[in-house]
Amino acid sequence: MSLLEVHDLKVAYGGIHALKGISLSVAQGELVALIGSNGAGKTTTLKALAGLLPYSGKAHYQNTSLLHRASHQRVLDGIALVPEGRGVFARMSVLENLQMGAYIRHDKEIAQDIERIYDLFPRLAERRSQLAGTLSGGEQQMVAMGRALMSRPTLLMLDEPSMGLAPLMVEKIFDTIRNISAQGVSILLVEQNAKLALEVAQRGYVLENGNITLEDSAANLLGSAAVQRAYLGS
Amino acid sequence: MDILLQQIINGLVQGSVYALVALGYTMVYGILGLINFAHGEVVMVGAMIALAAIQVLLAAALSPLLVLLLSVLLAVAVCMALGYSIERIAYRPLRHAPRLAPLITAIGVSFVLQNLAMIIWGREYHSFPQLLPNASHHIGGAIITEVQITIVLIAILVMTGLMLLVHRTRLGRAMRAVAENQTSASLMGVNINKVISTTFMLGSALAAIAGIMVSANYGVVHYYMGFMLGLKAFTAAVLGGIGNLRGAMLGGVLLGLIESLGAGYMGALTGGILGSHYQDALAFVVLIAVLVFRPSGLLGERVSERA
Repeated sequence: MSLLEVHDLKVAYGGIHALKGISLSVAQGELVALIGSNGAGKTTTLKALAGLLPYSGKAHYQNTSLLHRASHQRVLDGIALVPEGRGVFARMSVLENLQMGAYIRHDKEIAQDIERIYDLFPRLAERRSQLAGTLSGGEQQMVAMGRALMSRPTLLMLDEPSMGLAPLMVEKIFDTIRNISAQGVSILLVEQNAKLALEVAQRGYVLENGNITLEDSAANLLGSAAVQRAYLGS
Repeated sequence: MDILLQQIINGLVQGSVYALVALGYTMVYGILGLINFAHGEVVMVGAMIALAAIQVLLAAALSPLLVLLLSVLLAVAVCMALGYSIERIAYRPLRHAPRLAPLITAIGVSFVLQNLAMIIWGREYHSFPQLLPNASHHIGGAIITEVQITIVLIAILVMTGLMLLVHRTRLGRAMRAVAENQTSASLMGVNINKVISTTFMLGSALAAIAGIMVSANYGVVHYYMGFMLGLKAFTAAVLGGIGNLRGAMLGGVLLGLIESLGAGYMGALTGGILGSHYQDALAFVVLIAVLVFRPSGLLGERVSERA
């Protein structure tokens, strides 16, 4: 049984059907990419799973339905979302952002985990007392990811982590994603940059107009003619 | 008697009260973007409850200090429950409504509370018993009573406590997180509704304390007392920069000083045309001046930052 089981998930905003019944799964420790063009429904999927949008259909996490779990409760369940646009607390310091990430925790290892995040992102250690709003886009992405990790999630959902970042920074972020995955955290990665996403992922899904049109191992998707034509520009 | 020093003392005392009430406005605004116009009535309810408790407890022949302490605790508890209920009943159902709807509701809640108080406690002025020693001290030609000293000290204590709570505790961090970005806060596992309720309760607790302070200072309680006080505290919050805690405290103290100095010198400055009875108008001149020249207030951030 997978960690996350989604079956026939539908989301509608007003009259618009953003998701028309998608099914996907993420196994324990797996890194799964969800790729697709702008407006395909990628962000909607993550928002529905994080409890920010109502859905119909089935979404089970660790064999328990998410349907009536509010967004703050799903953090307790072990699901963390790094949202599109990062959503850092601009008027709080880097350290306070990380402490907010540990909001649900009451154990004694929080300080230790903050040091671990600083090891993962040395840049944040240098800027720990700086207001997050004054950081560059890449640094804010680090804050958002570090903050999400502070809740010790079992499933980390990343929404467009490469968006708006310089190539060097994108590389750094994706190195870290590999690193986090290697530590055993399951990851559901949403990316417009299909090549990047499929290079780090084990499996992938292609989302088009609210439907999943392809699913396969990341390697097969990278090699598939359809994906190459539509998303890899070759 | 030194008029300047005396007016400064009076201004600081009144300013302390404004500051406590202004904090309630600014905390709710910071988190919901809502002007809770019913907040002034919570101040009045705090004073009324304290008075009722004092009358009962004095009849039971307890020591005055114990009576005061118990009455303050009861008034704070009742006001916290009231603040919680106002949010739960009147504002939460309108959380996603256009901004005008909760604003009008706030004014409605204010009228309801005022009229309820009038029905329960009547239209007359009630005298508020003197529980602290009625001694006063002379400083450089000015007089300050022990009640006034107590008011200022307690206000400083309460405000220091609030600042520590907001900046040093997990709850305070959650409040700031919700104020800044509700979606992100909920993704951290923060129960937004709980934090909003807590904010209303904290603001109401400060209002109860402020209500008792004014009543003790002037010796009277009246069902209408929260209206003008609330408007002035709102002015103080705007003066300091609404949504900003330090701004509310600064604005409160400044408004108290402006009012009392204005009242003290207006007659002399205008050659007797305007007298000290224009004191109330002065607060609103300040409000208009702030809105025209510095809408974001003294310590406020650029308005455009709020989406």
